[in-house]
Amino acid sequence: MKSRTGRRDGGKQMVPEAEFTSYYGRPVLKETVWEADIPSYLFLGGLAGASSALAAGAQLSGHPELARTAKVGAAGAISLSLAALVHDLGRPARFVNMLRVFKITSPMSVGTWLVSAYAPLAMGAAASTVGRKLPRAGLAASAGAAALGPAVAAYTSALLADTAVPAWHDARRELPYLFVGSAATAAGGLGLLAVRPEAAGPAVRLATLGAAAELSAEQLLDRRLGPEAEPYRTGRAGVLLRTGQLLAIAGTGAALLGRRSRAVSALAGATLLAGSAVTRFAVFEAGRASVRDPKYVVGPQRDRLDARGG
Amino acid sequence: MAAEARALDPAALAGHRDHPPRMGFFTDTSICIGCKACEVACKEWNAVPEDGLLLTGMSYDNTQGLGASTWRHVAFIEQPGADHDGLRWLMSSDVCKHCTEAACLDVCPTGALMRTEFGTVIVQDDVCNGCGYCVSACPFGVIDRRPSDGGAHKCTLCYDRLGAGLMPACAKACPTESIQFGPLDELRERAGQRVAELHDAGRSEARLYGEDPDDGVGGAGAFFLLLDQPEVYGLPPDPVVTTRELPRIWRHAGIAAASLALAAVAACVSGRR
Ligand code: SF4
Ligand code: SF4
Repeated sequence: MKSRTGRRDGGKQMVPEAEFTSYYGRPVLKETVWEADIPSYLFLGGLAGASSALAAGAQLSGHPELARTAKVGAAGAISLSLAALVHDLGRPARFVNMLRVFKITSPMSVGTWLVSAYAPLAMGAAASTVGRKLPRAGLAASAGAAALGPAVAAYTSALLADTAVPAWHDARRELPYLFVGSAATAAGGLGLLAVRPEAAGPAVRLATLGAAAELSAEQLLDRRLGPEAEPYRTGRAGVLLRTGQLLAIAGTGAALLGRRSRAVSALAGATLLAGSAVTRFAVFEAGRASVRDPKYVVGPQRDRLDARGG
Repeated sequence: MAAEARALDPAALAGHRDHPPRMGFFTDTSICIGCKACEVACKEWNAVPEDGLLLTGMSYDNTQGLGASTWRHVAFIEQPGADHDGLRWLMSSDVCKHCTEAACLDVCPTGALMRTEFGTVIVQDDVCNGCGYCVSACPFGVIDRRPSDGGAHKCTLCYDRLGAGLMPACAKACPTESIQFGPLDELRERAGQRVAELHDAGRSEARLYGEDPDDGVGGAGAFFLLLDQPEVYGLPPDPVVTTRELPRIWRHAGIAAASLALAAVAACVSGRR
């Protein structure tokens, strides 16, 4: 059956009217079986990975207080993210199934190995600072966690992009930068929330860089995809994405202006953390929406075929 | 030459030596009568559990689509046409495409999805951990997770029957030979002849779907003769296996990770007091 697509969204952009055909309006692709665990996992993994990088930088540049917070934050976040993952899988033994093989064609396989190597390092680094024990081992663990952390924060973009889900696969170019930006924002936010403003300089700067990267990636995505970015603009995903943008802007502004106030800084940190989390849910929801409506699957493929003269 | 032959031979690529020829399905929908014998035979042979009984209002289709517990699905389309009192019926039995470049298999992190010696794609139930990655990777929306056991399931092209020299249950049950089973090379040849026949008979709308080794999935092991655009049957018109983009995806993820590390360093050194 033929359906008319194209709708006005908030007067922002008129999606060109197109006719597409579907089988009783049913989705062509299967809806993802992933639930809220997965966007939470994306957020927490990003927070952990970027915090480990921040911790190492802070330690080397003489910000011990921030370094300690970031290490503890990284260990806490990666533990929670593993809990989310195991909850998603149902039981811990299922995680172990993924250690049977290493497959570069499966970002989930690569990520599993990455996280399995990273998590003990992050926890070791935190344990050594908190317990003030084994400083050498702690230093080595911190260095290892800092080396793997950025990869832990970035691989999740490949996890989503390497699917048939239109909104995720189409965003493959910008998603990595969006995700590491979001990770940096979160790690900076945690530093601001937990450390005295005088000692949180690097956290403010990392959050600012992160927010800038995140917002630019979203702009680029919107512009490059044009009408195909509709799943990111409309519905729940659209609301979440705009909320995430507002929180990132508000949080960065408060962090920069409120440097002298502990309360304002802490509030800025919490805002940035919330913004990062909301953004992950936005991307997740955009993917779901793009599978639910067959026009996002059929439309671009039909256009491609017609352009080839098929 | 050798590389080319290997590219077309997924079983060899997966490490099977001296393997049988690649087997597949050619589903000729122009002679499908919509009896659903294939759906029933598949369920029976593979002991696939029941997954809901309801009336959908979608013509004679109450099955709705492929899923974890539906490995053959007959689509029914009613169109204005000259066949019966101004009505044209389209019927088509859908199935897993057993892609040459199978996204489900590529992304599976446990190795549960594997390529058999027949070049088909199956799930090993005892290995699958239910992560659901394959569900979002399949460009045809075929494989799904079964709520009752949490594992992913789909058509096995009756792997057990093939091993015993039998033909898959659906093809065996099909009374019109709309579902044809055999070595993929032969099926492709036969399909080409059948389209030519139909074109000669004035049915210019006949077309093959999934038979082309140069398509987005490297050609399907189960392909179709359709009488309208693929999307009319609920099939994606131009699916491309997602992993073709993966090298570029990894490259950008790598650059992004390096940028994050640099940003952390920059945030710490700049503005030092
Ligand atoms: S159709 Fe889907 S489930 Fe079947 S082999 Fe291809 S990618 Fe895998
Ligand atoms: S659900 Fe099972 S078959 Fe599918 S990707 Fe995960 S482990 Fe592999």
